[in-house]
Amino acid sequence: MKFWQRLKANLFSRRAAPSAVRQSVLEPVVLQNLVRSVKQTRPVELSCDECFEQLDRFAELHLAGKAPREALPLVQEHLDACGNCREEFEALLRSLQTLDQPPRDSAA
Amino acid sequence: MCYNPVSIPLWQLKVKPMTNRSSADWLAELRSPTNAESIAELRAILLRGLSAALGSRLNPGQTAVLEDFAQEAVLKVLANLDTFRGEAHFLTWAHKIAVRVAYSELRRQRWKDISLDDLLPADPGVDFTPAALADPSASPEQQTIRQNLLELVARMINEELTERQRQAMHAVLIKGVPMDQAAGLLNTNPNALYKLLHDARKRLDSRIRAQGLTPDEILAAFES
Repeated sequence: MKFWQRLKANLFSRRAAPSAVRQSVLEPVVLQNLVRSVKQTRPVELSCDECFEQLDRFAELHLAGKAPREALPLVQEHLDACGNCREEFEALLRSLQTLDQPPRDSAA
Repeated sequence: MCYNPVSIPLWQLKVKPMTNRSSADWLAELRSPTNAESIAELRAILLRGLSAALGSRLNPGQTAVLEDFAQEAVLKVLANLDTFRGEAHFLTWAHKIAVRVAYSELRRQRWKDISLDDLLPADPGVDFTPAALADPSASPEQQTIRQNLLELVARMINEELTERQRQAMHAVLIKGVPMDQAAGLLNTNPNALYKLLHDARKRLDSRIRAQGLTPDEILAAFES
């Protein structure tokens, strides 16, 4: 069945809106952001604190070009889903670029 | 006018670039009785990092707060030296702490005057309604499909999610409230709020698929 046919089949009678309830308007851009976040949803995801714990390691892998998405996929997925954490990760990258060279422990 | 993050005063720039010092050396220096110079070095390094991270986002008059953030970050680093696990270099870890200090405070200041009434009603709850579309570039058929999708997704949200989840989505997704502040408004903590929203996303994912649709199809309908 074509997409629009399946869509129409879903739109049966409207549920009566309860009164005295604050209306939150669903704008197209909000719907798109929401559906994108639904698309990225995984059964298990890290919390913000768990992501923060690994963010320094993730940033170093990123700066070294070592595919952090593969090494720490849960961190990548959290950053895809969480704007706050993604903002801090990008800020961390900008901070690290002020160092004369990427920090490295020789034994690592 | 943008703040130039490179214009750090010379007296701060005279600090030697110590980025080739190992994490172990940093820890030893900071733990030693004669750690004043290392602390000053660390503060300057973190300040330079914060300037690059945030400088363009602040008005010229606000940049003094960066020194406060760097100082607070140094104190936090010193207080938490024993928690450093060495999975990344010490400076990476310290910069991470500095960024967290800065963003936490900037978000707190930005959102401190938001009233509860404005964001979340004490009661009753939150219901989602579809917006009226006004996209002249879309064909009539596209507009109909998009309007139908707005109605359908709004209904899914109202039917699948708990009241608390709808409140959380209203605050975080629609009003753009940062997680820390949204958690405060909902009398919870950021991690619990993240789990609440994660559960909401999973429920919506199941419902979309149960209706024989996919997120990709929905997104494709809104592309021009």
